[in-house]
Amino acid sequence: MSGTINDFSIHVATVNGSGSQTANTTLMRAIFQMGVPVSGKNLFPSNIAGLPTWFTIRVSDRGYLARRRANDVLVAMNPETSVEDIQAMGPGSVIVLNEGLPTPAIPSDRTVYKIPFQKLVEPLVPDAKFRKLVVNMVYVGVVASIVGIDPDEVERALQAQLGRKPKALETNLAAVRAGMEYAARNLGSSPFRVERRDRTAGKILIEGNDAAALGAMFGGITFLSWYPITPSSSLAEALQGYLERYRRDPKTGRATFGIIQAEDEIAAIGMVLGASWCGARAMTTTSGPGLSLMTEFTGYSYYAEIPAVIWDIQRVGPSTGLPTRTSQADLLSVAFLSHGDTKHVILLPATVEDCYEYGMESFDLAERLQAPVFVLSDLDLGMNVWMSDPFRYPEKPWDRGKVLTAADLTRIGKFERYRDVDGDGIPYRTLPGTDHPLAGCFTRGSGHDERAKYTENAETYARVMDRLAKKYETARTLVPPPVVERARGAEIGILAFGTSHWAVLEARDLLTPQGLETSYLLLKAIPFSKEVRAFLESHDRVYVVEQNRDGQMAALLKMEYPALATKLRSVLHYDGLPIDAQTIVDQIKNREREGVLAR
Amino acid sequence: MSTVESNGDKNRIGLTLNEYKGAKSTLCPGCGHDAITGSIIQAAFEAGIAPHRVAKLSGIGCSSKTPAYFLGRSHGFNAVHGRMPSIATGVFVANHGLTMLGVSGDGDTASIGLGQFLHLVRRNVPLVHIVENNGVYGLTKGQFSATADVGSKAKSGRVNELMPIDVCALAIELGCGFVARSFSGDPKQLRPILRAAFSHRGTAVIDVISPCVTFNNHEGSTKSYLNVKEHDAPLHDITFVPHYENIEVDYPPGETREVTLHDGSRITLRKLEEDYDPGDALRALEVIHRGRQEDKFVTGILYLDPDKDSLDADLHLVDEPLATLPLERVRPPKKVLDEVMSSLMTGGA
Ligand SMILES: Cc1ncc(C[n+]2csc(CCOP(=O)(O)OP(=O)(O)O)c2C)c(N)n1
Ligand code: SF4
Ligand SMILES: [Mg+2]
Repeated sequence: MSGTINDFSIHVATVNGSGSQTANTTLMRAIFQMGVPVSGKNLFPSNIAGLPTWFTIRVSDRGYLARRRANDVLVAMNPETSVEDIQAMGPGSVIVLNEGLPTPAIPSDRTVYKIPFQKLVEPLVPDAKFRKLVVNMVYVGVVASIVGIDPDEVERALQAQLGRKPKALETNLAAVRAGMEYAARNLGSSPFRVERRDRTAGKILIEGNDAAALGAMFGGITFLSWYPITPSSSLAEALQGYLERYRRDPKTGRATFGIIQAEDEIAAIGMVLGASWCGARAMTTTSGPGLSLMTEFTGYSYYAEIPAVIWDIQRVGPSTGLPTRTSQADLLSVAFLSHGDTKHVILLPATVEDCYEYGMESFDLAERLQAPVFVLSDLDLGMNVWMSDPFRYPEKPWDRGKVLTAADLTRIGKFERYRDVDGDGIPYRTLPGTDHPLAGCFTRGSGHDERAKYTENAETYARVMDRLAKKYETARTLVPPPVVERARGAEIGILAFGTSHWAVLEARDLLTPQGLETSYLLLKAIPFSKEVRAFLESHDRVYVVEQNRDGQMAALLKMEYPALATKLRSVLHYDGLPIDAQTIVDQIKNREREGVLAR
Repeated sequence: MSTVESNGDKNRIGLTLNEYKGAKSTLCPGCGHDAITGSIIQAAFEAGIAPHRVAKLSGIGCSSKTPAYFLGRSHGFNAVHGRMPSIATGVFVANHGLTMLGVSGDGDTASIGLGQFLHLVRRNVPLVHIVENNGVYGLTKGQFSATADVGSKAKSGRVNELMPIDVCALAIELGCGFVARSFSGDPKQLRPILRAAFSHRGTAVIDVISPCVTFNNHEGSTKSYLNVKEHDAPLHDITFVPHYENIEVDYPPGETREVTLHDGSRITLRKLEEDYDPGDALRALEVIHRGRQEDKFVTGILYLDPDKDSLDADLHLVDEPLATLPLERVRPPKKVLDEVMSSLMTGGA
């Protein structure tokens, strides 16, 4: 492979806590500023300092943002992993190596640049303590030089990050220049090149958790409770930042929001229920272990019909699992979280734009449905930076659902908390504090009738459960529909959700020239809307792509459409790394080949 | 539906006692919890609390069922076992104008809910937190709870050897500004305590010994009616004077202490055996420990600090309830989104 323009990956191997984040972000932003689509994936350990960490920048003219399996340029800075990192590089690749690192035997079809990073940084930073941090900027200079990133853009990108610290900026810029000068003097240019384009103008770069936080703010959140857990903490922290900035009166110092860092996730969801019960727009954000703790209250929210918005930024389980790796394996537990007969509404963001939109929509749905609404994101979406169109300001006001005021009660003259007045399974509620003799209501998780009175009556229990099932049918018509792209005459359909979307986009482009034309359904929510059945019915074989071991989405589809179950095949990826296109291509081709042989 | 006959008299907001009652109790006849319900009804009536301003909260247990039996016009939230404090915290932040009245049990507070209880106190969420303490799990049929006294005998004959958890001592330790202990069979003491608690700005912990007639009222049980009556050691006589009444309590000098609450109401404590200063936390802990050593139930207002800031001071919320703020107060204008978007827009052309 020689002379690849705007289609390659740079893989940087460093040590956690060494300050490589700024360096990697600088490289990524500089490419973005040159108009070339990029994505960055941070592969980090569950550790504060000292363990290996990797950052992969994918440069793609075509705008592919999924992970790629192979990398083209390696920056090896970590002695612990350098042997393995180098061994993973294929023919034609470029290896930028910190001089003195252990190396395996390297075949001659790899280009190796040994750089005396330490020597280059020493004259710039007299204090040895800070060298460790600044040395990363030298590789920024080296890489920028060999792949052809405009030095001005590197400077701009660095300025954007360190602009407020002129001293640090100056030192770091000097390090970048030292790297560039060294490369210009001693190294050739790599076959992998960045060339200016105009494909990022007007676009933004943002992490999914940040986007979700913005959505929640514009959705009118008034209460957040949370307990720190990776990879969801950055959502709560970003939200706190936005709310402090835009929702606290600068003159009076008074806030239109309350944030509580709870003592655990049981308390976090309990606080959400208390606040929602009073009419606040309340949410919590968590990840696997925290989700498990929220189980009992989720059932309460479902049965007593109290709105709640719960973001689950999925990481790898079970148990503590791999806390800093990505997964889609919470799906089944979220779908039925709680003992007893429950089923929940789930939004499935695939993009940072979805995160923003669902930040708002989740509140509308929870209040409309008086039910828990989960947003199932993942670490890849939540904690990595994604390119996107800018977000749109909401056009609709908001939907606060069926709430009766004192005036309503006077007009109607009657209030029954759990009566299905409108035939959609959704009852009316009153908020505590409503000044009307009819407003009071006793909310309980034990058996209750339409008037919210305690009962263990068999028929009444079943009737309430049937109404809740009916409400779920109503939810089907309210949740965002899937996005369907039909290829004419295609026998094969692909169904995916969440971040698998990006790998599917690319996989379809790879499959088409190989004679495998595919249609595509990107699922945005559970319960499934009617388009899902239509999609399954109109294809011979539907590959369900998901990032878990057991085919959890396929299982849900089989439950819902048993007659169509034989059409479903699973494409699975569950090693904690984001799914890549090749995995999908390989698994589909294998199954298709088996099918041909069997015929 | 009422359990107590009404006298037809109206309180200062024009409501009768009946209008503070709730559904008929389904507890065992004679259960201490029902007596506490009676005191709550009476205290709320006397205080002239507007029922629609009250949020009744509870966990799970026989005790936690009782909010259904008082203030039937108020909103109630019968939560899951041990988690009432988190509900209260959410309610308070969403609508800090509500008066929160919570009922829990000793199992609900001192076992499964101990963590949430402590954090509630630590945050000083304004909840009147009543622990109806019978030393057993009533609803699951009489197992020992974590407040069972050392040496207390269960119906089965088993004797508890483990140290009891004293919720009052824990609350004092965490700086709770209102800590009291009382006895379900002493409404004369409990009522002014409740009324004072309604006026307190912050968590008010009231541990009320409340015998379980079905599972813990036998000989050998320390929390039987008989044993509690015999070992009840009140610290003082309590009189509550609400801020809207201008009554002078007439006691000989040197016999009383008076504490003024945040809303201007006053608590007058008339000394019994010895002078007791409820503003002294160390003294309060000493009295609790000594009482335990001497097999006495020390009752009364154990600790008071009316000036402690509650959670809202920390959050610095707007005056109106967050729950009902209009859209324009909680959705920033388009220029804010534009500002954020342009800060993220560094792509080149
Ligand atoms: C999570 C959970 N575990 C166990 C129970 C069963 N349970 C119901 S009430 C109770 C104990 C209640 O004891 P206490 O709070 O002292 O109330 P009491 O009945 O004595 O008034 C238990 C263990 C439950 N409801 N939820
Ligand atoms: S079991 Fe005990 S606590 Fe429960 S209602 Fe009966 S007497 Fe009261
Ligand atoms: Mg008990």
